[in-house]
Amino acid sequence: MRLRREEPDCGRVTCWGRARKMAARGGVEEMRSRVILGEFGVRNVHTTDFPGNYPGYDDAWDQAKFEQNFRVDVIHMDENTLEFDMVGIDAAIANAFRRILLAEVPTIAVEKVFVYNNTSIVQDEILAHRLGLIPIRADPRLFEYKNQDDEEGTEIDTLQFQLKIKCKQNPRAAKDSSDPNELYINHKVYSKHMTWVPLGNQADLFADADLRPVHDDILIAQLRPGQEIDVLMHCVKGIGKDHAKFSPVATASYRLLPEITLLQPIEGEAAETLKKCFSPGVIEIQNIKGKKVAKVANARMDTFSREIFRHDDLKNLVRLARVRDHYIFSVESTGILPPDVLMSEAIKVLIGKCRRFLDELDSNHMD
Amino acid sequence: MAEEAQGKPALELVQADGADGSCVTFVLHNEDHTLGNSLRYMIMKNSEVEFCGYSITHPSESKINFRIQTRGGLPAVEPFRKGLTELVDVCQHVLSKFEAGIKEYKAQKEAEME
Repeated sequence: MRLRREEPDCGRVTCWGRARKMAARGGVEEMRSRVILGEFGVRNVHTTDFPGNYPGYDDAWDQAKFEQNFRVDVIHMDENTLEFDMVGIDAAIANAFRRILLAEVPTIAVEKVFVYNNTSIVQDEILAHRLGLIPIRADPRLFEYKNQDDEEGTEIDTLQFQLKIKCKQNPRAAKDSSDPNELYINHKVYSKHMTWVPLGNQADLFADADLRPVHDDILIAQLRPGQEIDVLMHCVKGIGKDHAKFSPVATASYRLLPEITLLQPIEGEAAETLKKCFSPGVIEIQNIKGKKVAKVANARMDTFSREIFRHDDLKNLVRLARVRDHYIFSVESTGILPPDVLMSEAIKVLIGKCRRFLDELDSNHMD
Repeated sequence: MAEEAQGKPALELVQADGADGSCVTFVLHNEDHTLGNSLRYMIMKNSEVEFCGYSITHPSESKINFRIQTRGGLPAVEPFRKGLTELVDVCQHVLSKFEAGIKEYKAQKEAEME
């Protein structure tokens, strides 16, 4: 599909131009399936394949067709990160999963801090805020939500931790030392100093579960001799919507699969310039009959810096687009739950929401 | 005719008097774009639906107004129910495909280790 050189690519297409594009091979397909990155704007952003929009297309929902086109490819997974592709789904649903991962998958975090003694330089509320943000390694699926009016926590909805530490002078330090590590004992309060205090039958239930903060080396406060911290913490189950400390992901995001099409063969010096306009590894130069020819090797790696639009001789020879239904998800967990479990839980949360309204509809109709 | 459930209703229907049930505004409490947009997409894919849209009345209140208008006198509750059921089916399929993909990846990693 050629762009006329004298027409500025401002994102608006004239009637004549659109008819020409529609008639052009694949013009409609492109409108339906690609998001085009133009020089001054982005085109075809919204999903338009609803029934009645395109003559000759049957766009009504068909579960069988969806199941046939849909696939999930896991690219990379380790302890805390997961990168996978979801192909054949719409933005509305992919975004719903992303939003749920950030805000509606429950976790356990410190909610109430009972301060028995805090003579450190960190104020009570700052200390409590910091303690709340520490990720706690406890499976939230084993706990219930706490009742709002319940003052004392029960064993099914509360986890207790204690932090009791006192800083003392080190009698064995050298006389003229100035290193705090030598002079003082316990002057840095880390998350490893938090100890679990079992409530009720938790000692039996979670005997082998290692309930502690995810990371041992989170610095909570610093002390000097004579200062001490003695707090009791109650952890409850909550969701990210309520407070960001309950969010189970460091972040969860997606991007659409980039697609770079060379509208004309690009050779020689222009090929070298083209290669520099994109991220490394996207464009490779092949040597065909002594001439350097550019070829798109791996468009997936590109970050679309739009550098190509700064070169007047090259900008009309390349089409930058994104595939509208191919989502490259990246989920990074804080360590509470593995990232694949998080994604499964997020999908279950969406199912739960729909089921809740279906039940409401059914009970409304019974009345 | 406005229907309300007992206690704290999560779903309310608001209908103009005299209308025939083919144009209904649902008020969904404690919901936002997460369910709103995905449900709107599923319902728009239904060819019986003439209009489907949602709006968040005020960002401080977590409720959405979800409006459905059908053609041909079909009661609007039908596409609403159908959209919810279809969304559940989509999610279940995504879940099974995702878990299968993860299992396959883990098996492949195990095979590479050996």
